[in-house]
Amino acid sequence: MTNSWNDIKNADVVLIMGGNAAEAHPCGFKWVVEAKANNGAKLIVVDPRFTRSAAVSDLYAPIRPGTDIAFLSGLMRYLLGNGKIHQEYVKSFTNASYIVKEGFKFEDGLFTGYDESKKNYVDRSTWDYEFDEQGMAKVDETLQNPRCAINLLKAHVERYTPEMVERICGTPKDKFLKVCELIATTANGERSMTSLYALGWTQHTTGAQNIRSMAMIQLLLGNMGIPGGGVNALRGHSNVQGITDFALLSTSTPGYLVLPTEKETTYADYMKSRGFKPIRPGQTSFWQNYGKFFVSQQKSLFGAAATKENDWAYDYLPKFDTAYDVLKMVDMMAGGQMNGLFCQGLNVMMAAPNKAKVQAGLSKLKWLVIIDPLETETAHFWENHGEFNNVDPKAIQTEVFQLPTTAYAEDEGSFTNSSRVIQWHWKAVDGPGESRSDIQIIADLHSRLRALYSKEGGAFPDPIVNTTWNYAKPAHPDPVELLKEINGYALADLPDPADPSKVMLKAGQLLPGFAVMRDDGTTSGACWIYTGVYTEAGNMAMRRDASDPTGLGIHPNWGFSWPANRRILYNRASADPAGKAWSERKKYITWNGSRWVGGDVPDYAPTVAPDKSVGPFIMNQEGTARLFSRTAMPDGPFPEHYEPMDAFIVNPLHPKVTTNPVVRVFAADTKSFGTPDKFPIVATSYRLAEHFHYWTKNVHDNAVVQPEMFVEMGERLAKAKGIKNGDWVEVSSQRGMIKAKASVSKRIRPIMVDGKPCDVVGLPIHYGFIGLTRKSYPLNTLTPPVGDASTNTPEYKAFLVDVKKTTPPASQPAVA
Amino acid sequence: MAVTRRQFMKVSAAGLAASSVGALGFMGAGEGLAAGVRPYRLEKATETRNTCPYCAVACGVLVYSSSEGTKDGKAKVIHIEGDSDNPINRGTLCARGAASLGFANSPNRLQYPMHRKPGSDKFERVSWDFAMERIAKLAKEDRDKNFITKNRDGVTVNRWLTTGFFAGSSCSNEAGYLTYKAIRSTGILALEDQARI
Repeated sequence: MTNSWNDIKNADVVLIMGGNAAEAHPCGFKWVVEAKANNGAKLIVVDPRFTRSAAVSDLYAPIRPGTDIAFLSGLMRYLLGNGKIHQEYVKSFTNASYIVKEGFKFEDGLFTGYDESKKNYVDRSTWDYEFDEQGMAKVDETLQNPRCAINLLKAHVERYTPEMVERICGTPKDKFLKVCELIATTANGERSMTSLYALGWTQHTTGAQNIRSMAMIQLLLGNMGIPGGGVNALRGHSNVQGITDFALLSTSTPGYLVLPTEKETTYADYMKSRGFKPIRPGQTSFWQNYGKFFVSQQKSLFGAAATKENDWAYDYLPKFDTAYDVLKMVDMMAGGQMNGLFCQGLNVMMAAPNKAKVQAGLSKLKWLVIIDPLETETAHFWENHGEFNNVDPKAIQTEVFQLPTTAYAEDEGSFTNSSRVIQWHWKAVDGPGESRSDIQIIADLHSRLRALYSKEGGAFPDPIVNTTWNYAKPAHPDPVELLKEINGYALADLPDPADPSKVMLKAGQLLPGFAVMRDDGTTSGACWIYTGVYTEAGNMAMRRDASDPTGLGIHPNWGFSWPANRRILYNRASADPAGKAWSERKKYITWNGSRWVGGDVPDYAPTVAPDKSVGPFIMNQEGTARLFSRTAMPDGPFPEHYEPMDAFIVNPLHPKVTTNPVVRVFAADTKSFGTPDKFPIVATSYRLAEHFHYWTKNVHDNAVVQPEMFVEMGERLAKAKGIKNGDWVEVSSQRGMIKAKASVSKRIRPIMVDGKPCDVVGLPIHYGFIGLTRKSYPLNTLTPPVGDASTNTPEYKAFLVDVKKTTPPASQPAVA
Repeated sequence: MAVTRRQFMKVSAAGLAASSVGALGFMGAGEGLAAGVRPYRLEKATETRNTCPYCAVACGVLVYSSSEGTKDGKAKVIHIEGDSDNPINRGTLCARGAASLGFANSPNRLQYPMHRKPGSDKFERVSWDFAMERIAKLAKEDRDKNFITKNRDGVTVNRWLTTGFFAGSSCSNEAGYLTYKAIRSTGILALEDQARI
């Protein structure tokens, strides 16, 4: 989230699209209700189903799953075509006026530089600005040049007329235009809109571009950096934000730094493409500090073993050739290229697409280690559960370990919530039986490996035996020690930059913030965005002062919000170029003549005057936000509608390029995709208010209120198929078949898509063959093994199926 | 003034005795009533501030634990409710969070390290030491055999591709960081969390 949960109350318009906050995030949704009740806010919901969010909306519009970019591009066309953009904001704070290279084009569904044989944009050199001799991007402040980013955007979205939106999305034109009109009321600095989304936007082959479309809309409206604005991802697990921040991901390192590729053979090579230089006069380009963050991180990881002479232990880091994400891992397992796997609280048997492939992959492993507080399908993948998991244990040679862990109430530490607020929790009781904390288990594993490598040697022992492990109890580090290590220390006396004769920080003191980090090995800090969370003043994550001096829902002394305790990101943009609030209603951070003041922490040094023209978007080399994204996205500088891989129609915009042209499909999966002649119904997966992922099927109360798998379908489809509420239904896709109870509802209405009727069914994700709920076929039996072109997030939200009435599963009673 | 529910009962009972009921000749009825009321069970419980384990709204919760009446004398969680001091949820919990006591005490919580031998149709209980020693040995064997020091072009890559790690997204930041540190030091690249799925 760029803004916070509490900040939602400041919104005048709330758009829920790509999520269902009322059911998936009920206590966060409270702030939507607050905005409606006390700020006169209007709620818009765009969703294939009439969800509980929709039930309390002021305006609901249906949409076919997987067509959000068409809808949002149509919205951009409306805003640009009707002058409903915040002109001064767009001109000052975005790259609207930047001149794009002459060679850049979009034709027949493809941007410049595509290589058909490689299924990739091999030449992205035209996806950039024109530069002058000083290396500065050329701009046309008058916006007259047809190559200005905003003019190219206008031309790009021109095809998305309300009629085209209706044709692709199935959203009736009048509903679509009503949504446009209401959203357009926020294009002025007086009113703001917040966008709330979740996996409904990410789990598509165009997932990242869905979100980018909304970011562009919020920029056109001037809604970034202001109260009640922003692009807000409502995230899933209690600490998925923190675990992402700490880069438990294939090609990242903590704090959104990037692991080196195998082409970057030395630290100097690696840094060549990192320390981005500003490309507009006077800009900051915050990533110029990259080296400070990277070196400090290496000092945290490897301590004294990371020296200037060995490039800060650069060779201790693995160098990647390709991303080893979940889809790749399952593909490698199924191809017999993996021997061992650890599953720490991740039930991959349910969570990865194409269950049959996951099952085959796990069966080929030599060993599997489950680290979890609960029973999972993954731990029992080798067990026969009748038709729900029909395997022969004797044929599966995988050795399996199941290690019991404590859970939240049984250990202490910090979680980072969806809006980046780090909050400490305290231990209430010991875990059950012999369960141990994740910290203890990992420390044990590392200690044993370290001892073995110290004693016996082996393949490249250096990083293992030199990892910093100076904890009071090496087999059981204290979370407080770890949070301090994450924050970082001064490793030598650090001079005060203002007066080098004075010592600013003594060796061994905790760093007050990332601004003091250095690239000479005299500071440590594992994750620069967290620096400031544990200072000499104490553990900021433990702060519990709920006061809110401005009344804007900032709560500056509750926990610690990364980075730098900033609650709204890009808040410099809440003021005009001169530093004056765009409006009294949305006043947040302003320039008082000598400093930036307000209830939040400003984006950059509080004394940098507005006439220095440092832009609010300091993470970009431009200092401005990008309507044209240069080469940041692998599937193009502008979002474009591509059909899901299970395509319901031929793409009317460019029939030869129906689906995302740069999507990654493994050789083993080329025949995994369905077509509407065999599978004529569009399916989407969703979550229930009563369940959390695959956990709460182990919780009695939740299992009672939502006991079994079902398929939600509209009345027309049910009638056409002779299905009544409660009947057993076979749902099949190109990947497999499941059985589910029919839930015939008015919440999904048929829509017209490209001249033909389109029925949508919804399938909850929660059920499996382990738990207190009734045994069910896992939903991922049906889902396609393909991910987003940018992030490799699986396409769970739009795929094709067929349904027919069937008999109950063998182990189920005929009458429930 | 902080008044617990039990104190409130006592005060009420005293008031009752001195007023209408007492005046009607039922002296002692109030005390009798107060003595008959079971003490509020949370009064003796320990209150611990925690965060709901489910979604990333990260609602504040109060976890109440007590060893009263447990078979092994160990404290267990007996009640969970929303933390009204938390500015985000202000005491509210959803259908999942409100039932999270059932997660803490689920019959499907794992208790002991278990081991399934190749081809077996059951898990068998083992000691932590057995499990961890065997896992470390298997991991080292695989790493030593398949670790790639240099790629085909002779470039140092120091990676281990034949073992993967799925990281838990409900682990604390501290556990997550320690996991990152331990796993990255082995050269594992197949590292993934719940951010995509």
